[in-house]
Amino acid sequence: MKKVYVNEQWCLGCHLCEYYCAFANSGKSSMIKALKDRHVVPRIRIEEHDGISFAVSCRHCNDPLCVKSCISGALSIVDGAVFIDSDKCVGCCSCIISCPYGALSHSENGVIQKCELCQKNEFGVPLCVQGCPNKAIVYEER
Amino acid sequence: MMMEGQIHIPSGCAISGVFSRSGRAVSGETIIRSIAPMHDRSNGLGGGFAGYGIYPQYARYYAFHLFYDTPAARDACERYLEEFFDVVSYEKIPTRRIPAITHEPMIWRYFLSPRKTVLDDSQLDEQEYVVQRVLHVNAQIDGAFVFSSGKNMGVFKAVGFPEDVGEFYRLDEYAGYSWTAHGRYPTNTPGWWGGAHPFALLDCTVVHNGEISSYDANRRFIEMFGYACTLKTDTEAITYIIDYLVRKRGLTLEETAGVIAAPFWSTIEAMPEPQRTRAAYLRNAFSSLLINGPFSILVGFTGGLMALNDRLKLRSMVVGEKDDMVYFASEECAIRAVEPELDRIWSPGGGQSVVVRLDDDAAKRLGIDYTKGGVA
Amino acid sequence: MAIDFLYPQYEVVRNPMRCISCRACERQCANGVHHYDVDFGCMMSDESKCVNCHRCVSLCPTRALKIIKTDHTFKENDNWTGKAISEVYRQAGTGGVLLSSMGNPEPYPIYWDKLLINASQVTNPSIDPLREPMETRTTLGAKPQAIERDEDGKLMDNMPPQLTLNIPVMFSAMSYGSISYNAHASLARAATALGTYYNTGEGGLHQDFYQYGPNTIVQVASGRFGVHADYLNAGAAVEIKMGQGAKPGIGGHLPGIKVGADISRTRMIPEGTDAISPAPHHDIYSIEDLRQLVYSIKEATHYKKPVIVKIAAVHNVAAIASGIARSGADIIAIDGFRGGTGAAPTRIRDNVGIPIELALAAVDQRLREEGIRDRVSIVIGGSVRNSADLVKAIALGADAVYIATAALLALGCHLCRSCQTGKCNWGIATQRPELVKRLNPDIGEKRLINLLTSWDHELKEMMGGMGINSIEALRGNRLMLRGIGLTQKELDILGVKHAGE
Repeated sequence: MKKVYVNEQWCLGCHLCEYYCAFANSGKSSMIKALKDRHVVPRIRIEEHDGISFAVSCRHCNDPLCVKSCISGALSIVDGAVFIDSDKCVGCCSCIISCPYGALSHSENGVIQKCELCQKNEFGVPLCVQGCPNKAIVYEER
Repeated sequence: MMMEGQIHIPSGCAISGVFSRSGRAVSGETIIRSIAPMHDRSNGLGGGFAGYGIYPQYARYYAFHLFYDTPAARDACERYLEEFFDVVSYEKIPTRRIPAITHEPMIWRYFLSPRKTVLDDSQLDEQEYVVQRVLHVNAQIDGAFVFSSGKNMGVFKAVGFPEDVGEFYRLDEYAGYSWTAHGRYPTNTPGWWGGAHPFALLDCTVVHNGEISSYDANRRFIEMFGYACTLKTDTEAITYIIDYLVRKRGLTLEETAGVIAAPFWSTIEAMPEPQRTRAAYLRNAFSSLLINGPFSILVGFTGGLMALNDRLKLRSMVVGEKDDMVYFASEECAIRAVEPELDRIWSPGGGQSVVVRLDDDAAKRLGIDYTKGGVA
Repeated sequence: MAIDFLYPQYEVVRNPMRCISCRACERQCANGVHHYDVDFGCMMSDESKCVNCHRCVSLCPTRALKIIKTDHTFKENDNWTGKAISEVYRQAGTGGVLLSSMGNPEPYPIYWDKLLINASQVTNPSIDPLREPMETRTTLGAKPQAIERDEDGKLMDNMPPQLTLNIPVMFSAMSYGSISYNAHASLARAATALGTYYNTGEGGLHQDFYQYGPNTIVQVASGRFGVHADYLNAGAAVEIKMGQGAKPGIGGHLPGIKVGADISRTRMIPEGTDAISPAPHHDIYSIEDLRQLVYSIKEATHYKKPVIVKIAAVHNVAAIASGIARSGADIIAIDGFRGGTGAAPTRIRDNVGIPIELALAAVDQRLREEGIRDRVSIVIGGSVRNSADLVKAIALGADAVYIATAALLALGCHLCRSCQTGKCNWGIATQRPELVKRLNPDIGEKRLINLLTSWDHELKEMMGGMGINSIEALRGNRLMLRGIGLTQKELDILGVKHAGE
């Protein structure tokens, strides 16, 4: 299946992926409405240190530790991708602790959020990929 | 208004040709009957013929046909010719006065032999010597124009419909083994006798139907080699190209066809070796002589005839055979008019040359040596 | 000092209603124009540092930015323009030569725009390239001067070495050093995919790019940087650079700061040293010396590779080209005065040389008059901007064209003309690793392929319209051109008639 992959070699550390992600999952009609004067909480994060940068988001592991650790059954695998049911999430943070990549985080409303490949929002394809100016983030079959 | 020779003029046309492989003398009346049914393909602004084997009694001499606008031009030209040639015989070309042909210039012919001492001094080969004289007259002597200059052949052309031009020149009184004919449809010129086809240099004659889009590319290339395209017609350029490739560079007619109607690169790549290397070589070596745009041409030369279409076959041309005779024409009707019962008739593909030559014994009888590349 | 103050040429206009303070502009500007002000809680900009490269404008996700020309003005004066005045201030302040980049921006005539192309009507059918074959393949090199046959009378293949181009456009010389590794990678890969050639420029050939040798022209310039036997034999052709359109008569200077480990190795000079190309080749002070270098290179490459001699379009270019044609060169490249550069003295860039259109017309005509046009191919560059320029160049007599500025634009260049600073925000004219990585060759290659593919389509459409289905029938076919708004002298030099004639 197609997944989001990141190539550190071409990441410029511009952080645009974070903003496109936050907008994509905001439900708002424009990026300005979604993000102006707000604290942005994206599901993809740029890690950077000493001139090296890359984006981190859910890898949709074949054998995901987050799903195993979830105590409420909120995390599940559908067609190879890991999704979260926020109605079931109790915010226990077990998944955050178990994920070796740090790809899960708190959302603004207390439950956990993670990359769902923009499958649940109106875009249908990952907006971080479309917004990356240097093809450092790609959405492809490997 | 700009006249022919001052401006490049496009034109459409009709062409036809008859050829006897056995070297039989065919009356000029046959070629007139062949071109006549294609009346609508010309507009009365140019017609002409070339006949081969028509001057057997003067076969060893260069037969120059000239148009003169004025007696002064004739005087100047004759003085010039006498400097370079022994004039064996000369006369007014006999014509028949008919209402359809008017405004004729003075039309003369000369049978010439290069002056040996002058030729030797020039350090040129004989043909180049003759060509330079022809080009000089046409470019430098105002009001004089050499429109035929080969041995044992002649061009006859005028402003008018071709069937009228044939009658005017009394072609029924000539006979030869090869004839070509042309009817012209220029788009915007009052017409000039010298601008009619065939166009000729030495014994090489070209009749042409089409408008070549590569004209200026071809012209600017060929003019590097001493040719002056004074008429600014496609046919003149084509004639010089053939003369250059065959006489000066020593290509065969078939190889020449591979230059001027070179196969597409994709076709070349699909060829087996060694044809592929040869075709690529010819196309690359003479790329500026590729003739582009629609054309069908008949190239007459001593002892033979070549028919060739552009690569896309944007102009019609059919070929028919009956016994020793081969017929060529823009339209089948022109062939059927002289030979209703053909053994075979076909339409050659774009870029595929059809070359016919005399049978061996006919060539021997007429004293023709093909080892000189065909055109000589 | 107040006397040195120059008001910034550009103003950064930020729409506060649209700005979401994502700081992408700040992170992407190597010139440090943008910053986030914590006290004010918004983005601010220092336009004095702006070079107008549009990197921030292009990446801004909310279209909150634009750059405008300042309306700050000196007192109006057609003679002492603001530019003329400012340049005096800059030189009075520094005592230095003014430097500029890319091509001559001054308002000289652009003859491409004064030439119109023909099309067929009635007497000659136009050809539809979607339905009929349309050939744009070109071969460059000297043509055989005599036909040779074997004892059976078969033609012998005595063709001198040739370059075969699927489209009559090549990427012009830009050295590794003046442009980045990733820019070179993009050019090399695109040339290979397209079936044409790119040119190493004078900076040698990086080891990683030897694999693209069959589509590479290696250059030998006056500095001889990175020239050795393997280098000469690595490419498909060797180009001797005698001059460059942007700076005829002078050499080049790559500052030591750009000579990092990789460039040092490729150019075969110590790390951190300035790479200075002399103005002339010091072994070529005349045409007979050029002939010796041409044949030295032919010896070194076993007569298997065509040799190109590149010159700038200067006043007596026709006579020079004629001399080059007789020097044994297979191809002459002529670079017009609007050609680009990574850095040139402003006065030279803007005042030396002549337009390529006139140079091309003069050279082609001269070589024909001398009967030697088929001894050499002509490649021209120096601002071919689109496929119409290409058609006009070929109809004037070029065999093919070189493009460089257009190729850089395809890679992202926004013609800010600040290459000499080495801080190219688009990752092209820079050696700083964090900037170089901004040009992903996967993207660059694709965009170059797109550009030339679209030009090829347009070229074919225009050829078909003229009733021409093979590029060689367009070459030198000046009847296919007409001038518009030109003097008789200009028409005579270009060898074309005026529109309506």
